Amino acid sequence: MRLTCPLCGPRDRREFYYYGAADYLARPAEGAPPEAWDDYLHLRDNPAGVTQDLWYHEQGCCSWLKVTRNTVTHEILAVESVAGADAAEGRA
Amino acid sequence: MRIDGKGRIDRTRPVTFRFDGRSYAGYRGDTLASALIANDVRVVGRSFKYHRPRGILTAGPEEPNALVEVVGPANQTPNTRATVQELFEGLVARSQNRWPSLGFDLLEVNDLAAPFLSAGFYYKTFMWPRRFWEGLYEPLIRRAAGLGRLSGKHDEGLYEKAWAHCDLLVIGAGPAGLMAALVAARAGADVILCDESAEPGGRLLADEGMIDGAPAAEWVARVLAELADLPNVRLMRRTTVTGVYDDSTFGALERVGLHRSPRPNLPRECFWRIVAKRSVLAAGALERGIAFQDNDRPGVMMASALATYLNRYGVVPGKRVALFANNDSVRATARSLMAAGVEVAAILDSRPDAPDEPGIVVHKGAVVQRARGRMGLREISFTKDGRAQRLEVECLGLSGGWNPSVHLTCHLNGRPRWSEDLAAFVPMEGAVPGMLVAGAAGGSFSTHGCLASGAEAARASLEALGRAAGAVELPRAEDAPYVIAPLWAVAGKGRAWLDFANDVTVKDVALAAQEGFRSVEHMKRYTTQGMAPDQGKSSNVAALAVLADATGRGIAETGTTTFRPPYTPVSIAAMGAGGRGAGFAPQRFLTSDQASRDRGAPMVEAGLWYRPSYFPKPGETTWREACDREVRMVRESVGVTDVSTLGKIDIQGPDAARFLDLVYTNTFSTLPVGKVRYGLMLREDGHVLDDGTCARLGDQHWLMTTTTAAAGLVMRHLDFVSQAFCAGWQVRFASVTEGWAQFAIAGPKARALVASALGHAPDLPFMGCAPVTVQGVAGRLFRISFSGEEGYELAVPTRYGEALFRDLTARAETMGGGLYGMEALNVLRIEKGFITHAEIHGRITAFDIGMEKMVSAKKDCIGKAAAARPGMTGPARAQLVGLKPLTDSVITAGAHLFAQGVDLVREQSAGYVTSVGYSPTLHSHLALAFLDNGRARHGETVRLVDRLRGVDVLCTVTDPVFHDPKGEKLRA
Repeated sequence: MRLTCPLCGPRDRREFYYYGAADYLARPAEGAPPEAWDDYLHLRDNPAGVTQDLWYHEQGCCSWLKVTRNTVTHEILAVESVAGADAAEGRA
Repeated sequence: MRIDGKGRIDRTRPVTFRFDGRSYAGYRGDTLASALIANDVRVVGRSFKYHRPRGILTAGPEEPNALVEVVGPANQTPNTRATVQELFEGLVARSQNRWPSLGFDLLEVNDLAAPFLSAGFYYKTFMWPRRFWEGLYEPLIRRAAGLGRLSGKHDEGLYEKAWAHCDLLVIGAGPAGLMAALVAARAGADVILCDESAEPGGRLLADEGMIDGAPAAEWVARVLAELADLPNVRLMRRTTVTGVYDDSTFGALERVGLHRSPRPNLPRECFWRIVAKRSVLAAGALERGIAFQDNDRPGVMMASALATYLNRYGVVPGKRVALFANNDSVRATARSLMAAGVEVAAILDSRPDAPDEPGIVVHKGAVVQRARGRMGLREISFTKDGRAQRLEVECLGLSGGWNPSVHLTCHLNGRPRWSEDLAAFVPMEGAVPGMLVAGAAGGSFSTHGCLASGAEAARASLEALGRAAGAVELPRAEDAPYVIAPLWAVAGKGRAWLDFANDVTVKDVALAAQEGFRSVEHMKRYTTQGMAPDQGKSSNVAALAVLADATGRGIAETGTTTFRPPYTPVSIAAMGAGGRGAGFAPQRFLTSDQASRDRGAPMVEAGLWYRPSYFPKPGETTWREACDREVRMVRESVGVTDVSTLGKIDIQGPDAARFLDLVYTNTFSTLPVGKVRYGLMLREDGHVLDDGTCARLGDQHWLMTTTTAAAGLVMRHLDFVSQAFCAGWQVRFASVTEGWAQFAIAGPKARALVASALGHAPDLPFMGCAPVTVQGVAGRLFRISFSGEEGYELAVPTRYGEALFRDLTARAETMGGGLYGMEALNVLRIEKGFITHAEIHGRITAFDIGMEKMVSAKKDCIGKAAAARPGMTGPARAQLVGLKPLTDSVITAGAHLFAQGVDLVREQSAGYVTSVGYSPTLHSHLALAFLDNGRARHGETVRLVDRLRGVDVLCTVTDPVFHDPKGEKLRA
């Protein structure tokens, strides 16, 4: 498996650390009801098809990446920096 | 038997080798199999289950019978295919699965018991009594049924792994692969051409074919010469592409040194990972047999193997040969054999309308019923027009047709398609993104078909790469149609073998179907067909054809089992190359490492780091003596220890304080410059992630310290929080763990030692920090303590670490102090009730360790919401306590706590012990533990039980801070 890091280019998956669903990006605001936190922390879909998850380029630029991929075909559809393109440039 | 004038072996280079203790002669260029055939060795192994004598069946990687142990000076490689193993001077090989010898094997009694040993025998027989399985049945079965043995010693051979990248990977260097590589290479593409054999050419070297009116081998030589001259081509010989993985990544195993005498620094194998933009599979096809009674007798082999042995190695396994086929592909082999002076007794062709063959007897519509000759074929009987006949032969060549090598096209879940015309499975198009299939692997069996499809696959690949293929002139070659009438098994009595490697017969497959194992996957597991090292390469299709017949379904409907990597066996040593011993993980060494070792300190692993355990003094005989002395030394005088392993993260920017407020539970933005604060970090789920100190070096400049264990974890967490939640914040951070050497100086004389090192008294309040100059070097001084004594940590750039360590050691010793190691450090912190990751093990909340007040109510922080949820606080939770045994007894970490008088069962466990140590300060063993509602139970007596280590001790529950609970020493 290979991921195309927006900063480093196509790299082998061994350079990346897998974290979990991209849902972790949508952190509830302070004071949000328990249901929102429960959803954020614990409830995950397990789709056969397109999914988004978080990968960390630990042995590269240390960017956190949102990867859109297909769990059935293993196709990587998109790789984006979670900090946004500008922030990623700045860190480089 | 060797045939003069035939073969591609180097007759000027004789080679001697040993097989089963006997010495034989062969030539450079032989395989072990061809050399054994040259020496008329017919039986090369015993079968897996029935211990039947077996001979060489094939000339390639699909070999099920000729598996041998290759014995080297440093290793013993079992299940080596003699058909792949190249001969070298001094090669030592042994046959497998026989006792005491190949010729006389006592376990051949299994063959007589065959009627009882059919499919599912083990499942049916050894079910009862259940407890006998592990102790009796399994060891017995394993001894009887087996393959090669390992030496039982470490494999001291060298292995490598490597990466390669290319535009086009061509798998297989037969006619299709060579043509594809040539076309792509001429167009300038970066090409890797892998071939599993020592000599590329595929069947062009094995059959006496013609290309452009000349022997095909000449064309092969010309193409190889051209490819060798092109800088954009890498030809990898002896390299088998074993697996296809996502995103056009391939695994490949190169036999680097297995074909020559061992020498120092020569790797045995290299495991390659090849990333290719496009690929062409030109892996060819494997010939399959036909099942009939006793078709496993030594001397029965694949017809194509006969051709390979004759034309490539100049050997034949018998003077008188017959061929049994259901297609035309044996005809060329028959002509080659005749021309070489071998007597071809007859071609038995199952097709009633088979063509004639000038000069050779062709029995049309004939099928072989039985082979005879236990230790080597003597005679076959066959029927033709319902009449039985016998034929005396030493060798029988079989061809039941050809199976395209579709394996790699199935590794990404592709399923092959059944072709009625070819009576074979062919690859599903598009099964592997970017891969095209050419030649026999794609069902093009003629030489012309291979060349044309190879050229076309290259052209299409080039187009996808954005390159134009030049004009391609295809060389002239035969283009005979492939005519086959499927025949899998000849009906008749006795046992007809399908899977030679695992001893599976036609009857076994039929029995599986009869007993309800009708799915091909179930049949495979019930009979073990296709589960041997060869993975059923020569038997899978025939077995499922027999299953299809037995279940009344078509072959297409029956389908295949799943093809998984690797295509051929890959040694774990190659895949894990470099990972043995010290190569298993990186090693991190302190700047004080040598100085510590010089003093005889045993080093212990702490993550990847190596830290001194204790510093023994003359006369001390146990670690405890040293540890107790070091603890007393710190409490009474001064101790020095290296704490550079703690994670250090430099954080800067106008929003740095705001960022720290978000990641720590407590507030940092209020901390003045020049001060240090202890901080607690939570995971978003409310549990403790890590703890440590953070110093404010300047208005916008901070230095965070993490625990040794969680340094990487915290860095990853900070990156996530800043990138995901702090868009636009002006904060940047970097790990500086390796940039600074840092030493803790603790004890009543700590201030004096620091003053001596700096040349002036340190004017720092408790939890203060300041830049200092240490003997001309800019450093940092922190007044923090992990021991409970007055403590300082002095940091200098790494390159000065060793010098400062030696200097501090010398100064400490003149003051009656000295070095202390991890053991003493641990006791000191337990006495003081300080936690480590033994306590914050991932299921602990701030409440559990008594730090819930550190979660600031005035601001948000990571984990705050979850930490406040019901169940994360309250009396039902196990809370940090101290334990002191009532008697002078050893207590152990991992022990469980019980109220007195309850049953010692899991449900009654009220807590567990996380850290223990002997305190020379309090003259008692001490423990930190988590106890249900523990803070309300100080003074109670609990029972500490460790059944693994036989510990059962009554303890008093105490506050976790045993030493100086008011912290007067810290602030002194």
